[in-house]
Amino acid sequence: MRLTSEEKAMRAGELGPARKWAIEHQLQVGRMFDAEDMVAVSQSHMMADPESLGEAGVALFERFADLPEAERRVAIPMITDPRGVDLTYYDPLGQTEEMANLERRFIAACNALGVLLTDTCINYQTIMPPVLGEHVAYGDTGVVIYCNSVCGARSNFEGGPSALAAGLTGVTPRYGLHLDRNRRATQRYIVRQQPKGLTDWGVLGAVIGRSAGSYWEVPVIEGLECVPTSDEIKHMGAAMASYGSTPLFHIVGITPECHTLADVGGDSLPCAEVTKSDTDALRQPFGAKGEKVDVVVFAAPQLSLVEMQQVADLCKGKSSHAATALLVCTSPSVYADAQRMGLNETIESFGGKVLQGTCFYQQYSREIGEANGWKRLLSNSTKIVNILGGYGYAPALASMEECIASAVKGEVV
Amino acid sequence: MEKILKCHVGIGEAVEGEALVADDNFSARYDLDRIKGVFSRPTHALSGQSYKDKILVFNTAKGGVASAWMLHEMTSRDMAPKAILFNTANTILAQGAALSGLAMCDRFEDGDVTKLIATGDIVSVNPGEGRVVVKARGD
Repeated sequence: MRLTSEEKAMRAGELGPARKWAIEHQLQVGRMFDAEDMVAVSQSHMMADPESLGEAGVALFERFADLPEAERRVAIPMITDPRGVDLTYYDPLGQTEEMANLERRFIAACNALGVLLTDTCINYQTIMPPVLGEHVAYGDTGVVIYCNSVCGARSNFEGGPSALAAGLTGVTPRYGLHLDRNRRATQRYIVRQQPKGLTDWGVLGAVIGRSAGSYWEVPVIEGLECVPTSDEIKHMGAAMASYGSTPLFHIVGITPECHTLADVGGDSLPCAEVTKSDTDALRQPFGAKGEKVDVVVFAAPQLSLVEMQQVADLCKGKSSHAATALLVCTSPSVYADAQRMGLNETIESFGGKVLQGTCFYQQYSREIGEANGWKRLLSNSTKIVNILGGYGYAPALASMEECIASAVKGEVV
Repeated sequence: MEKILKCHVGIGEAVEGEALVADDNFSARYDLDRIKGVFSRPTHALSGQSYKDKILVFNTAKGGVASAWMLHEMTSRDMAPKAILFNTANTILAQGAALSGLAMCDRFEDGDVTKLIATGDIVSVNPGEGRVVVKARGD
């Protein structure tokens, strides 16, 4: 790979061991994906919950945090994905002091590095959405697919180590979605069943993601009769990325790189239909009507302020069943707004708990489930029901309205 | 007789081990109980099987970014596979391999790697040369 003089200096260790580690990490990844050089990025967004990091990951951060300030400070604005422990509420969930201490150590290291602890996977709704053509290094697949597809920014899936490396160097290897040629559509879908509500949008994304099959496929979608809201397309993208490792999609006439099918080369592609039988088939394993519900979860992605109001409105004047818990995960900035506006109070009067800066599947959900004896989990997130099957849960999927009605009744309605 | 498979240049040092193969996809977050070292997702083709010290062979990578840290964490506890081979890797798994030193290769010239290698085969992986050798067949 061609390196600039500054990148060569990093590689030689002239800017300290953290930046040397970072550029060498990027060279390994860049070589695997045939990058010819690096591209400057304006922001980095890092997923790094303590469950994933473990002791080894936290120790890596602490090694860098011990360096002199000039050697440890990130080179560009760097923000964080949800944390694994809400330090204001972890013991009642069954999380341990050991988990909380790992989180505290990580936070201290991030502060030393100059990382902005935004703790959110909806930075595109709450912090600073990127603009068309902006090169960024984002983690969290839901963040990447939204920012690539809806904002027209340019990012690969940057796992935590690579987001950290980009934060330290200010660049990332130029491969994948940083290149025009990889943003062209490779698959074409026509939607025959119009989605209504967040869960339908998630299911549609999941069907296309599962069909798309790999990171390197780019679906272009036609046939939608309405423009989705930011929350609807957020659920669609998060589910598509979860089921398919898909980092980019286009919707004709809606997303910014695809005014017409021809803009992304979709006019020459064979067309697959997405029908009611496809969406029904995806939902089928997640139905559990009449069964007892242990926990209802709203998360993945974190809730926007608008979703917080929708949940609060549904909770108003009602109470959850004694044997059913309700957890709502949102970002620290939305939490503060929702607190000011009384939404958290409404949800908690119902019997729910609003967690700030976490996302359920990223917060030791296996251990939480075991500690509380939770098995049947109900959510309106197509992404979360896909993930949690491997964590010992029997997940079920329903709309936000049905989730709250089920929490009241104690069984899936 | 040895079978030599050419692939794209990968990541990590050369390793040798026993293959565990599935025509399925892979995520460390979605599919594993990383404490016990087994596939825990009930619907995964390798559900219940141990992955420790195996050469895992899959179609592609799926889902979340957590796999990158998780490969590093698993390696630090010596509870990791020796290598992972894909028809098509994604960026996250490659990044995790780079951090953890785990061997990883993809894009095999002779076709579907989940058909070219069988569970139980003894396999030598050389990422730097983009070469995988099936040294002995399982039965």
